[in-house]
Amino acid sequence: MADFISGFWNMYVMVLVALSIAFCVFVLVSNMTKREPGEAKLHGHVWDETLAEYNNPLPRWWLYLFWITIFFAIAYLAIYPGFGRVNAERGQHTQYYAEMKAADEKYGPIFAKYENMDLMAVAADPEANAMGQRMFLTYCAQCHGSAATGAKGFPNLTDNEWSWGGEPETIKTTILGGRMGVMPPFGPALGAEGTKDVANYVRSLSGLAHDSLRAQRGKEAFDQNCVACHGADGKGNQMLGAVDLTNNAWLYGSSEATIIETITNGRQNQMPAFKDFLGEAKVHILAAYVLSLNKDKK
Amino acid sequence: MAQSKHEKIEKNVFLMIVLTLLTVSVGGLVEIVPLFFQQTTTSPVDYKGNQLNVKPYDPVRLVGRDIYVREGCYNCHSQMIRPFRAETERYGHYSVAGEYIYDHPFQWGSKRTGPDLARVGGRYSDEWQRVHLINPRDVVPESNMPAFPWLDRPAKVSDIQDKMRALNKVGLHKYSDEEIAAAPAAVEGITELDAVVAYLQGMGTALQNVR
Repeated sequence: MADFISGFWNMYVMVLVALSIAFCVFVLVSNMTKREPGEAKLHGHVWDETLAEYNNPLPRWWLYLFWITIFFAIAYLAIYPGFGRVNAERGQHTQYYAEMKAADEKYGPIFAKYENMDLMAVAADPEANAMGQRMFLTYCAQCHGSAATGAKGFPNLTDNEWSWGGEPETIKTTILGGRMGVMPPFGPALGAEGTKDVANYVRSLSGLAHDSLRAQRGKEAFDQNCVACHGADGKGNQMLGAVDLTNNAWLYGSSEATIIETITNGRQNQMPAFKDFLGEAKVHILAAYVLSLNKDKK
Repeated sequence: MAQSKHEKIEKNVFLMIVLTLLTVSVGGLVEIVPLFFQQTTTSPVDYKGNQLNVKPYDPVRLVGRDIYVREGCYNCHSQMIRPFRAETERYGHYSVAGEYIYDHPFQWGSKRTGPDLARVGGRYSDEWQRVHLINPRDVVPESNMPAFPWLDRPAKVSDIQDKMRALNKVGLHKYSDEEIAAAPAAVEGITELDAVVAYLQGMGTALQNVR
């Protein structure tokens, strides 16, 4: 109701609304006949030579309902927006911001209290964890699962194994800013056989069944191609999001076929940033919740 | 008896048509016509008059939008966040009219079996959207959304220029001749999955990060 290209349209609405209401009143008043004693009169309108119509007054209940709608319309326009710019400040946005303000007053202090606490302390707080879990289910469970155990391509957050680091502040940074993990494709450089060799070596790093001859050959290729990110010992590099290949946490799966697929085509994995959407206070509690899922696992 | 007013109207079809039209059009004249002259409904601004970064559909998103319509996504997903805290906490800033100015037809929907999608753009990674469309239960075991495995096939793009020309006739954005000429190259070889993901990732980004 606020921004017509000219003031004409406010007048246009007001005039049409006023005329409509006035017209309804006029129609009602001009038809407010009372029933008179004796035979009802005819309407004076004859169809098909003999068919006529009684001109009875409008039924009272119907008439009163019509009056009520008119009074309702006037009362509504007096209280709510609708009649030009009148009451424009009582629109849905005002109500929304009032609702938000009330919620801020109620919940703001709780968030503020936790935001000023150390992440580890928040992680130990049952109330904060209950809040964190509810937010996790709303904002995070779609990818990481309702139990935070992840899915193929989406990390398990309960195993205390971290691609980007499990320090309290690092977890918070990850949620705030998001992460973009890129494993480049090595299929063309290694060839099919070479890829299979490296896959066997990677499996050997975490003690999975492997072909030791292939693993030996794969180590050479690994040393040339993979150590820059995953390190000479395959322990990864959390600065780059290069995963630790020696543990039993597998983002995409540990089967030889899956590892070959990963090496051949590479992987791109994105964690979206939540800073602008959720704000620091909520992320603080979420990070603490994620921490709390891992605190017994060392 | 003198000819009643009723009789005059009823015996003159033309007069009756005119009066009937007048009567039934009052609501539209008051509630619809003024919107054609309102900034918030005809230009990419929010209700305070701030400029919104709403972009017209590029060819890839256009293809995706049509697949969204074809698959009936609107049957379960709305694209309209109402100004209630319960909605904005979950989905982000409430929707404003200016965000829809390039939507023909709009996809507001009226039913939420699934969540609202008005601000789904950027909320998940492209990879998540792909996995989730092919089989939602791969990432959300509790999901009751149907799988759309057939989307991983080449999209029909031969009519992209016709679509853009058709939108030029009804829409607020006029695709230039250069844009239309460049469209086939932009959509060449894309799969339906590519197009839908592009459409989803562009959704509601204008006010995405405003609280």
